[in-house]
Amino acid sequence: MENLIGLLVLVPLAGAGALLCGGRRLDRGGPWLGTLAAAVSFALGVVLFADMLGKGGEERTLDVTVFQWVPVGSFRADVGFHLDQLSMTFVLLITGVGSLIHLYSIGYMAHDERRRRFFGYLNLFLAAMLLLVLADNYLLLYVGWEGVGLASYLLIGFWQHKPSAATAAKKAFLVNRVGDMGMSIAIMLMFTTFGTFAFGPVLTAADRAGEGRLTAIALLLLLAACGKSAQVPLQSWLGDAMEGPTPVSALIHAATMVTAGVYLVTRSGAVFEGAPDAQTAVVTVGAVTLLFGAIVGCAKDDIKKALAGSTMSQIGYMILAAGLGPVGYVFAIMHLVTHGFFKAGLFLGAGSVMHGMNDEVDMRRYGGLRKYMPVTFVTFGLGYLAIIGFPGLSGFFSKDKIIEAAFAKGGTEGWILGGAALLGAAITAYYMTRVMIMTFFGEERWRPAPSPDEPSAEPAAGDRAGGMPHPHESPRTMTIPMIVLALGSVFAGGLFSVNDAFLKWLEPVTGHEEGNSPLGALTVTAATMAVLVLGVALAWAQYGRRPVPATAPPGSALTRAARRDLLQDDFNHVVLVRGGEHLTRSLVYLDHKLVDGVVNGTAASVGGLSGRMRRLQNGYVRSYAVSMFGGAAVLIAATLLMRAV
Amino acid sequence: MSFPLLTVTAAVPAAGALATAAVPAARRAAAKWTALVFSLATLVLAGVQLARFDPDAAGPFQLTESHAWISDFGVRYELGVDGIGVVLVALTALLVPFVVLAGWHDADPLEPATPSRRWRPTQGFFALILMVEAMVVISFEATDVFVFYVFFEAMLIPMYFLIGGFGDRAGERTEDEAAAQRSYAAVKFLLYNLAGGLVMLAAVVGLYAVTADQLGHGTFSLTEIVQARGSGRLHFATVTERALFLGFFFAFAVKAPLWPVHTWLPNAMGEATAPVAVLITAVVDKVGTFAMLRFCLQLFPGASTWATPVIVVLALISILYGALLAVGQRDIKRLIAYASISHFGFIILGIFAMTTQGQGGATLYMVNHGISTAALMLVAGFLISRRGSRLIADYGGVQKVAPVLAGTFLVAGLATLSLPGLAPFVSEFLVLVGTFSRYPVAGAVATVGIVLAALYVLVLYQRTMTGPVEESVRAMPDLRVRELAVVAPLIALLLFLGVYPKPVTRILDPAVEHTMSQVHRTDPQPDVRVSNAEGAK
Repeated sequence: MENLIGLLVLVPLAGAGALLCGGRRLDRGGPWLGTLAAAVSFALGVVLFADMLGKGGEERTLDVTVFQWVPVGSFRADVGFHLDQLSMTFVLLITGVGSLIHLYSIGYMAHDERRRRFFGYLNLFLAAMLLLVLADNYLLLYVGWEGVGLASYLLIGFWQHKPSAATAAKKAFLVNRVGDMGMSIAIMLMFTTFGTFAFGPVLTAADRAGEGRLTAIALLLLLAACGKSAQVPLQSWLGDAMEGPTPVSALIHAATMVTAGVYLVTRSGAVFEGAPDAQTAVVTVGAVTLLFGAIVGCAKDDIKKALAGSTMSQIGYMILAAGLGPVGYVFAIMHLVTHGFFKAGLFLGAGSVMHGMNDEVDMRRYGGLRKYMPVTFVTFGLGYLAIIGFPGLSGFFSKDKIIEAAFAKGGTEGWILGGAALLGAAITAYYMTRVMIMTFFGEERWRPAPSPDEPSAEPAAGDRAGGMPHPHESPRTMTIPMIVLALGSVFAGGLFSVNDAFLKWLEPVTGHEEGNSPLGALTVTAATMAVLVLGVALAWAQYGRRPVPATAPPGSALTRAARRDLLQDDFNHVVLVRGGEHLTRSLVYLDHKLVDGVVNGTAASVGGLSGRMRRLQNGYVRSYAVSMFGGAAVLIAATLLMRAV
Repeated sequence: MSFPLLTVTAAVPAAGALATAAVPAARRAAAKWTALVFSLATLVLAGVQLARFDPDAAGPFQLTESHAWISDFGVRYELGVDGIGVVLVALTALLVPFVVLAGWHDADPLEPATPSRRWRPTQGFFALILMVEAMVVISFEATDVFVFYVFFEAMLIPMYFLIGGFGDRAGERTEDEAAAQRSYAAVKFLLYNLAGGLVMLAAVVGLYAVTADQLGHGTFSLTEIVQARGSGRLHFATVTERALFLGFFFAFAVKAPLWPVHTWLPNAMGEATAPVAVLITAVVDKVGTFAMLRFCLQLFPGASTWATPVIVVLALISILYGALLAVGQRDIKRLIAYASISHFGFIILGIFAMTTQGQGGATLYMVNHGISTAALMLVAGFLISRRGSRLIADYGGVQKVAPVLAGTFLVAGLATLSLPGLAPFVSEFLVLVGTFSRYPVAGAVATVGIVLAALYVLVLYQRTMTGPVEESVRAMPDLRVRELAVVAPLIALLLFLGVYPKPVTRILDPAVEHTMSQVHRTDPQPDVRVSNAEGAK
């Protein structure tokens, strides 16, 4: 079994290597080869899972050290894996959803001439993400962490000929690097505190490190999590990341990579539990982001950007739950898994709609599509019901638990967090209903496809450019993954909740405490239902009962701000981009005029050689002799000085 | 007498330089092949050095050679390598064949050469490269301060001609303008390094004076001085030690280069051809940081500790300043030069953090920076030679027409920004963690460098490689076989050393520990003791 863990990472890595270096020969079979690598990896995951189920709850952990990576003095980083119930959950999610999305991409990317490379990058992503969740120390986790960042960079910028895609890719990488700074310093602080950064020793010895130190480490880890999981204040890259092909948005920017921050916080539980102030910071970030993302999601007309806002918001729920400590860990991960199903499904549905609509992304140009794309409509619809928390579907179970746990925090804090979570649920119901209505109901507001010169088009647009769209159902390779994910969206939450199965599965790793909610479980559920109905009704009143205008109305100040991601980009632009440009420009000027000048000047005046210097700079090397003479003088003086001393 | 392996390793490229220079004017290809064969022979000898070197052997130096040279002044021809020296000799010997291969056409005459011409640029170019190699190799091997000084200075001469005599196609400039800028860069390079060298010479003489005074006979032998100091027979007055330290350090700081004496580097790397730029930053400059470890720290441990706070601050400024300046550049080669200044800041920071991780990381950094910068600069050189411009704004959309070139450029760039999985990450993280454990604030501030590195690398990549295809690059050919033969091994090495750096760290570590013991510093201990039993959980 131990060897299988390494293989789990190695198979997609080998796939990536073959696809990226294999040359044109692999152009035709490449997509299937990539999908096969993902599927093999999933199969290995299932074998390991079956093996794990055969053991008792406390003996399910597997540790393997493959080799010493960086041994320098007391600094020891190993390439070693740690497989327990928490990492197992991620392995199955990553390889399972990953395989489905590989399959979907075969159809979606069929017309792209660079699809071999696309599958290579997808395989690279799988390998890096698996490394991230399987690493047994923080430095190796960091390798996976940056590895998924690289894959994300390559895939967001996959259509590099579009300047907007290249810019979005760079932005994602840079914002993530700010988070990575936190990760780097956190690891250094662990090393100076504990002399190691392996999970086992750090987490067992955490309680002896003192609250101040733990708070520092925890806050640095939170910064890293904010970058990767697009949480306020490092959330600005996620909306732009939608420049990537839609399967990428589904896999990386919805189901898996962006949830890495939740994994990090949960995995480092012992550190956060010893640092209550840091936990407060975590829940604050979660609560703020869940509202921030939801508000942005309401204002976007681009279907992918609306879903991106929603992703941000849902991860906010998970971060909030993880920040609550043992009361919330299990529910954070449970919501993470169910969200993986329904959000990936929603994105794939959006991709299917775009595929049939000449790559149109503006929902104001959709409408009435349920007749033309029945499979997409039904699967998307089920995902919609799951995300808003319709009773019995996946999202209902997982989100309800988080709201309950938030109230259980107690005191004013509990009321604020619970209230935010409830409000978020209402807004979720509103914006998702809006997406649903604008896309599948109402009248047809289609327009002719953009001309091929317009660089915004996704690849398939070239064939059908110029005409009105002819919406049609997508091919089998695309609909099958959508159906499977829809099944997950419907049943996963329920299955997890039978006999508290998911709780019992994870508890040996994360621990669990029942919260004391000031409101009963039933009250919370009732309140959630009430806000759900409210949100849906409001959206229905606004978009269902009246025709949707094809161009967006000006809207209120809040709407306008939300359309611009609540002005965060404007802030970044003014402060960081402009400020940075001024800084570097003046430094370039100063380096030339000041540093160069002062050094040259000092050298000239000290040696009394300024006249000769100028001649030297004109290229007369015979002045070499003169400078030698000057040097000899300095030298004699120095020798005399030494004697004197 | 055993086989003088160290002397031969330096003598072979020197002989190669003479042989290349002697090839008749018309037979340019023969000159190139001669140079390549000699550089490969040097690589084999460096390999033999590595094979015969025993990392666990006692004593600081191995494969030693010692002969009287100028006995009146106590100068001995003494060579020997420790783990750091042997690895850097290997790095030099490894990079030079790539430099030769990459510069294959850089010194071809623009119009067919007339047979009567006396000046033979091709022969000269390759002979000078081998000459630099010989001098760098012997600088890494010398354990006599005087011998080191002679070659440390002598390598300026071939470098001066390489920078001033050969350059890129003029591009938008006239030939005269280009020549004037080249000559400015060459003279600036010479002046800065000469100034450093002269100050060092004064300190070298001063060192002689002190040993002559206290030991009864003057000596330049590193081993003898260190031993005498250890046994108490030699004692530096505090002021003397600091003055001598500063004399040495100034020369090495110019060479490395450290802020604020860095400004010669962007000029030199910008004007020189890409292979020569690699020679400057990946090979010659390493002598500076190497000499800090070998001479500054071992000869003057007290003064090194005294100067540490200032040097740490200067190194931090180098890191951030170099990176910010790189962001502001419009010229591809100058951008890489400023990035190197930032990286040299990391190396110097690691050396003066005085921790095992810091110095181990710094020495490994020298190797990794050599490889990654060589890869980035050489691919940039291939790009520039296709379009005849160094300006970033003249490119765009290259990945569409030359995907392999763009791909290798990206990997080399990712190595430059220290992406985990590639070699530079390991060394950079070690430097950071080593610095952080002694100077937490400095370590944290240096971390800002990783964000800036991502900025300058990705902006460079975005502006040159992505976006709509520029008209001027539409017909650009992808990498040729010769070019791929240069880049592919370098990238393979970056990947290998990123995943498995142990073969190199194993040789470096004992030497680092030896240096640490020379300066009487031990690593800070962790605050919380973690028992092995807990670790095993």
